[in-house]
Amino acid sequence: MAMFQEFIQQNEDRDGVRFSWNLWPSSRLEATRLVVPVSCLFTPLKECPDLPPVQYEPVLCGRPNCRAVLNPLCQVDFRAKIWACNFCFQRNPFPPTYAGISEVNQPAELMPQFSTIEYIIQRGPPTPLIFLYVVDICLEEEDLQALKESLQMSLSLLPPNALVGLITFGRMVQVHELSCEGISKSYVFRGTKDLSAKQIQEMLGLMKPAPAGQPGRPPAAQEMQPTCRFLQPVHKVDMNLTDLLGELQRDPWPVSQGKRPLRSTGIALSIAVGLLEGTFPNTGARVMLFTGGPPTQGPGMVVGDELKTPIRSWHDIQKDNARHLKKATKYYEALANRAAANGHCIDIYACALDQTGLLEMKCCSNLTGGHIVMGDSFNTSLFKQTFQRVFSKDYNNEFRMAFGATLEVKTSRELKVSGAIGPCVSLNSKGPCVSENEMGVGGTSQWKVCSLNPSTTLAMYFEVVNQGGKKKKSVTLCWADVQSQMQHIESSFDQEASAVLMARLAVFRAESEEGPDVLRWLDRQLIRLCQKFGQFNKDDPASFRLSESLSLYPQFMFHLRRSPFLQVFNNSPDESSYYRHHFMRQDLTQSLIMIQPILYSYSFYGPPEPVLLDSSSILPDRILLMDTFFQLVIYHGETIAQWRKAGYQEMPEYENFKQLLQAPLDDAQEILQTRFPMPRYVDTEHGGSQARFLLSKVNPSQTHNNLYAWGQESGAPILTDDVSLQVFMDHLKKLAVSSAA
Amino acid sequence: MNLNQQPHMASPYAPPQPGYQMYPQPGYGAPHPTQQYAPYNGHTSLYQQGAPPAGQGRAPPVSGAPPVSASDSYSQYAQGNVQNGPPSVPSQPQRPPVSQSYAPATVHPGTQPTYHQPYEAPTTSVQQITGHMAGMHIGGPAPNLPPSSMSMTPGPPPSMYGAPPTSQPSFPGAPTPPQSAFAGVTPAAPPVSQQSFPTGAPMSQPHYSSVPTSSSQPSMGGPVLQQPPFGAVPPASAQSQFPGMQGPPFANQSMSAPPASQPNHTGAGMPPGPPIGGVQGPPPQPGLQGFHPQQNGAFGQMRPPQSGYAAPYPGQQNFGIQPPPPAAAPPAQKRLDPDSIPSPIQVIEDDKANKGSEPFITGVRGQVPPLVTTTFQVKDQGNASPRFIRCTAYNMPCTSDMAKQSQVPLAAIIKPLATLPPDEGPLHLVDHGEGGPIRCNRCKAYMCPYMQFIEGGRRFQCSFCSCVTDVPPHYFQHLDHTGRRVDCYERPELHLGSYEFLATVDYCKNNKLPQPPAFIFLIDVSYNAVKSGLVAVVCEELKTLLDHLPRESVDEESRIRVGFVTYNKVLHFYNVKSSLAQPQMMVVSDVSEMFVPLLDGFLVSVGESRVVINSLLDQIPEIFADTRETETVFGPVVQAGLEALKAADCAGKLFIFHSSLPIAEAPGKLKNREDKKLVGTDKEKSLFQPQVSFYGNLAKECVAQGCCVDIFLFPNQFVDVTTLSVVACSTGGSVYKYSHFQAQTDRDRFLNDLRRDVQKPMGFDAVMRVRTSTGIRATDFFGSFYMSNTTDVELAGLDSDKTVTVEFRHDDKLSEDTGAFMQCAVLYTSCSGQRRLRVHNLSVSCCTQLADLYRNCETDAVISYFAKHAYRTVLSSPTKNVRDVLVNQCAQILACYRKNCASPSSAGQLILPECMKLLPVYLNCVLKSDVLQPSAELSLDDRAYLRQLVSCMDVAESHVFFYPRLLPLQKLDVEGDALPVAMRDSEERLSRAGLYLLENGLNLFLWVGSAIPQDLLHNVFGTASFSQIDPNMTSLPVLDNPFSKRIREIIESIRAQRSRYMKLMVVKQDDRLEILFKRFLVEDKNSSGGASYVDFLCHMHKEIRQLLS
Repeated sequence: MAMFQEFIQQNEDRDGVRFSWNLWPSSRLEATRLVVPVSCLFTPLKECPDLPPVQYEPVLCGRPNCRAVLNPLCQVDFRAKIWACNFCFQRNPFPPTYAGISEVNQPAELMPQFSTIEYIIQRGPPTPLIFLYVVDICLEEEDLQALKESLQMSLSLLPPNALVGLITFGRMVQVHELSCEGISKSYVFRGTKDLSAKQIQEMLGLMKPAPAGQPGRPPAAQEMQPTCRFLQPVHKVDMNLTDLLGELQRDPWPVSQGKRPLRSTGIALSIAVGLLEGTFPNTGARVMLFTGGPPTQGPGMVVGDELKTPIRSWHDIQKDNARHLKKATKYYEALANRAAANGHCIDIYACALDQTGLLEMKCCSNLTGGHIVMGDSFNTSLFKQTFQRVFSKDYNNEFRMAFGATLEVKTSRELKVSGAIGPCVSLNSKGPCVSENEMGVGGTSQWKVCSLNPSTTLAMYFEVVNQGGKKKKSVTLCWADVQSQMQHIESSFDQEASAVLMARLAVFRAESEEGPDVLRWLDRQLIRLCQKFGQFNKDDPASFRLSESLSLYPQFMFHLRRSPFLQVFNNSPDESSYYRHHFMRQDLTQSLIMIQPILYSYSFYGPPEPVLLDSSSILPDRILLMDTFFQLVIYHGETIAQWRKAGYQEMPEYENFKQLLQAPLDDAQEILQTRFPMPRYVDTEHGGSQARFLLSKVNPSQTHNNLYAWGQESGAPILTDDVSLQVFMDHLKKLAVSSAA
Repeated sequence: MNLNQQPHMASPYAPPQPGYQMYPQPGYGAPHPTQQYAPYNGHTSLYQQGAPPAGQGRAPPVSGAPPVSASDSYSQYAQGNVQNGPPSVPSQPQRPPVSQSYAPATVHPGTQPTYHQPYEAPTTSVQQITGHMAGMHIGGPAPNLPPSSMSMTPGPPPSMYGAPPTSQPSFPGAPTPPQSAFAGVTPAAPPVSQQSFPTGAPMSQPHYSSVPTSSSQPSMGGPVLQQPPFGAVPPASAQSQFPGMQGPPFANQSMSAPPASQPNHTGAGMPPGPPIGGVQGPPPQPGLQGFHPQQNGAFGQMRPPQSGYAAPYPGQQNFGIQPPPPAAAPPAQKRLDPDSIPSPIQVIEDDKANKGSEPFITGVRGQVPPLVTTTFQVKDQGNASPRFIRCTAYNMPCTSDMAKQSQVPLAAIIKPLATLPPDEGPLHLVDHGEGGPIRCNRCKAYMCPYMQFIEGGRRFQCSFCSCVTDVPPHYFQHLDHTGRRVDCYERPELHLGSYEFLATVDYCKNNKLPQPPAFIFLIDVSYNAVKSGLVAVVCEELKTLLDHLPRESVDEESRIRVGFVTYNKVLHFYNVKSSLAQPQMMVVSDVSEMFVPLLDGFLVSVGESRVVINSLLDQIPEIFADTRETETVFGPVVQAGLEALKAADCAGKLFIFHSSLPIAEAPGKLKNREDKKLVGTDKEKSLFQPQVSFYGNLAKECVAQGCCVDIFLFPNQFVDVTTLSVVACSTGGSVYKYSHFQAQTDRDRFLNDLRRDVQKPMGFDAVMRVRTSTGIRATDFFGSFYMSNTTDVELAGLDSDKTVTVEFRHDDKLSEDTGAFMQCAVLYTSCSGQRRLRVHNLSVSCCTQLADLYRNCETDAVISYFAKHAYRTVLSSPTKNVRDVLVNQCAQILACYRKNCASPSSAGQLILPECMKLLPVYLNCVLKSDVLQPSAELSLDDRAYLRQLVSCMDVAESHVFFYPRLLPLQKLDVEGDALPVAMRDSEERLSRAGLYLLENGLNLFLWVGSAIPQDLLHNVFGTASFSQIDPNMTSLPVLDNPFSKRIREIIESIRAQRSRYMKLMVVKQDDRLEILFKRFLVEDKNSSGGASYVDFLCHMHKEIRQLLS
């Protein structure tokens, strides 16, 4: 087992890949019995410090429908200068530049340690990145001010040659022209009328004027690149744009009592998408939407402007009471698909106390690889720092963002691709390796990932078709400049990866199915897995055992069932969308944190230690630090809280107490520093209202129902009717061993 | 006729008589009086209205009505005088001397009339006694004229002579002197006539009856008769004169008086008299003079409508003259002497002389005001000034039958916000407190001088609907012994014809006090507009113009806010908020559904945003300097302005500067449809109809918001004025058109128009309602406005130049006793955002005799009405039909007069009512106008432009528009400040050695004769020869000599009079521009088939005869 752990670790470090099974079954039947499909989590841009980029183009297999990339698993005939494609077995000669290769002089792509390799493609001039800010101006003054400052600040973080554009919206949508001197100019659209991309381009004057121009004037009269007017290099317009942002005013249209401001988010996005579509198709571009409330008018509206009509809740949705939901969702999906088709991504920064319509708009980010950041206000460090982190750079001083990736999966004949789950859209590329059995976004062997960053992780699902000898897989990333390739051998079950992969499947289903159905499905899968791999005597729950490699899996499932990804209770539709959004793209570690938060305990009794996510861990003399990925909760036990209130930490003789208090803060700070998006930071104590964040996460091993059944020792009872892990396990065992099943 | 009135007269007159007698009578001798009497009857009536009341305030009947407070004493006095005609007396003496000289000159006639008047006055009293003079009608006068040869001017001297005598005779007393003069010239004839007259005269009444027949027959004298019937002389003017001036004034008076009398009667036939002569000095025409005098007399009579009665005599004279001509004319169809037919100039000058020197006091019901060409002062004593309201008839027929029979249109031309001269304005603002203005409960008429307080002042009876309403406690006031409220003179609404109320919140939209209005400037920045220099000119001008927005006198700066938009195929709005360092442009390219992209910062106060606005105006021309966009939109532009006002929740005005046909894809897109082939066909009317209904609907929305639209057009080709102007025409806006605009040459004209348009006082979001006495009803309205129902005239904007013409129809009988009242109330928002009600009241008399109607008509107003009506009818009928209908109606009017009011006479004789003797000439001008009979080179746009212009012209504008003013400049009096006397618009009258200025309110020509004297040439143009005059100059060189200075002054003063700036065009004789110029010589035949005055008169005569037979 240790061997597998190492192997798994190595694969992940080198290739950013984690498979659910590291040993694959040899037949289709066997594969289906595995319950957890053969699948992997793939982090294409995983940061690999020791991977020197290769400055030439990859060598491709010559077969037109193969085009696989030369990789370390290929058989090479160094003398004949021929290599055999390990997918289609085509024999290909090396190109002339490889004339000098030999056993001792191998190109990087043939070295086993470079199963992942990054080619830097030098084709054409590099196109500058594009950042198009779409800014809601129906904000409170304070929020708007904060947002303006953040935006102004961001200009200095952009690459100087990046093109930047600004669209503001409220009741109207304004596209600001950044090129003009003196008078500032903007194009204004009403927020209620949907326009086609062509109309938008016409109205923005982006269409090439008809040839019937002015007679007498030479047409050569330098056609100003029309696009320049709205998207200008940062270095040219940053002064201008800074002023412009500074002068932004709140939407002046009066909002009468009992109304929401009219917000034309739908049209604003449509214009942003249309603008980019017309001017820079297939160029890396980020539309960054900053909004402080729900779209209230025009296509894409989520709620009317009457405050007396509340924005839809899960309850409304279940009752089919959400009037605008379907229409709006459809509208945003169409937009997202257009943006994705052009390789543009859409970020949503939604900061408001109430919902902002993320449920409807989420697809814009989900399909294009954009970020979603949700906060209470633009004037919080959560937003400010998160936003800043969008522009963070890696050790090479390069932006941690990549655009316009195409992900192609090639399999040898024994495998077929069922689908992918992650921030991608299908490119509808059919091929021999595409399975008919779809899981996630399927029916294709190519996906487009408009934007990705080092942590972006996709789940790939495969179908075992046939038995065969070696199974290899090569993943090629074009365009963005990454090409990776990897190979692996049989391996055994990776329960962490499997948990995440199964969770993704479940969440993917949850988007379209009723919550209880998904849970039932998940339970069934778990039971089947236990039946398959557990050791037990029929109908004897007590005899049930799981091997070490499976031992944690049910616990993951237990927490997954309780997680906000599958439970909507207590979450608004927007929150659910937000959580799911991040769950679907984070890497394995982060995903696991999301499924089962980490709990650390600090006390005078020893160094900080991870403790069970269980109510029994909540003790009066401990400080707990819980990381749920979205929240970072510091919880002071009852005694600690009293001490703190009494001010012992101020007294020199209790320096140790001060240190104890400080320790979790420091640890939290470390997490805050690195995480994207920045988690909500909660500092609370026993009895504090915010303690609910902790209480809702821990396994309710002690509740008001069983409090007295347990020892006096420990913990805080949780007032809930939820089942505890123990109960869950008992049931699981019972069902697993049941012969009826 | 005026019988009814006579009784009144009697009493008032009696007293005066003595006085009168004293003055003139003695001198003249007995005979005169007698003669006068006859005529007086008619006159008397007039008098009554004016003078009597005042004079004998006590007399129950009269006194009540005319509330001439201040001037009471004065007026009384005056009245006395007037009636008596004292003025005339003095004048007579003077005149005679003059007249002699004149006589030859034609002057005579004028003088003669004067005499009559005086006489008449005295007589009146007598007449009454006699009673019926009435009868008179008639006949009296007629007889004399037999001689009439009028038509014949050209013809045999003898006949002419004959004629003159006749006229002279008519002048009984006076005659002598003049005659003598005559005698000199044409000795024999004159005496005779005189003699005859005397006899006739004294007995006039009796005579007539008896005589009439005989006399008329011989003389044909139709004409004569007319006068008598009419009677009344215009008292007002006479009175005033009297008191003030004795010596010199007399002269004037004499002049004036006579003329006045003439008007009543006369319609002059086609007398061959020299028109001008009468008025002015003696025209030096020896031979004819003798003759002319008479004729002149005839014309002269026409001038002074007021004196009406005095006229009898004159009238007779006229008759004398007339008869002849008709006789001659019909049969032979010889060419008439243009000098022998009624001359507009003569009438105008007579009116000036008679009425120009004294204030027009509005206290008396049914007075015909001075002509629009006369400068006069108005004193509001209970009726609205003629500057606000002019009627076609000041004595309305009591029944619809009469109205129908006469075919005289009953209409009022109302200019509610007319600018008053400094010595007459401004109107008083009345605040009735929170309850708002006091109104009649039933018809909602506003408190006015006609309301009758009863029950000790606790209630009042509405004079419009007779409903009795309680007086609110806070408004209660005791009555004095005459039944008038004690505070009558402290409250403008109780003694003035025009005043304003402060409106309360109930009178506001949505029951919310209005915001100050806004001006939005929308500037076309397409290629054409930029290239022609328009954009630069507008922007430059706005910088200064914005400091002169209309404001209340109490405000330091205007409260009007301004906004700016530029556009071609898309619209650019500008944010000019004061806090901005630079204006911001917001482009709206979605023109299919216009909206306003910004709220805050679009409409700003000029004072606050001065810097930003200036910066914007500096930059606009630069921004678009290189534009290559040629297409424009128009509908969205208006929508944009409208939406902006909606968003700001205020009324306002849009100034649109537009260059080309809006062919860009947008609502209101138009296509070029100019098709010359349709002109003159039955389909022609479609050219006057908008090609899309879009703008009509848009206009409705504009009106609802109080959005007035002014359009300045700068087309290089067809822009479809018809369609574009719909918005302006329905919102109370104006259209200005500058074809082929070039900044250098047209700058002044455009900028002056713009300045005036921006600065002129105006009201916003107005509603006008005309209430009338039971019996008549306002049925039809003309002008720039929109009506959503049949009574409320909605005007998004109403400026001081706009008129609304209201036509009345009977729906019941009117009473002669009470007359007819009308009250025009205009509710509007002032430029400071105050909601106000402006009320104009007017009372007119009513008559049961057609002759009274004919005696109290205003031909200029009638023509103005006809033109507006006809110009609207072209929308639905072919222009030919429209012309025919006009001719026909005119013929019916005149035929009705002839049939009912003139003494029987030969059918061949043309007899015109004095008041309407110019009807034919003016009507001819209307018929020949570009809209009704276009010349080949005239574009559809031009016609549409003129058509909509005329619809809201006031009488003064329409008068000069149809009968342009032609001023001879070669003999300019450089010292004085009087304008030279105008000339008739005929080429024959232009001298090759002359220099003439012609203007019609839109065009201004300086015609230079080819034989212009060197010195004149040098003084005016600074050049040595005719050929060196630059025909392209638009202003005269500034030369340092009195002549040049004076001419430029004249040009400036003429421009100042008109609501639109006229670009000067210099026309050299025989130059190609002359063709254009000649179209304005409206008495001549024109190239597109318009008849000459003489021809048309003959045609009219023929029509009349047909109707009569």
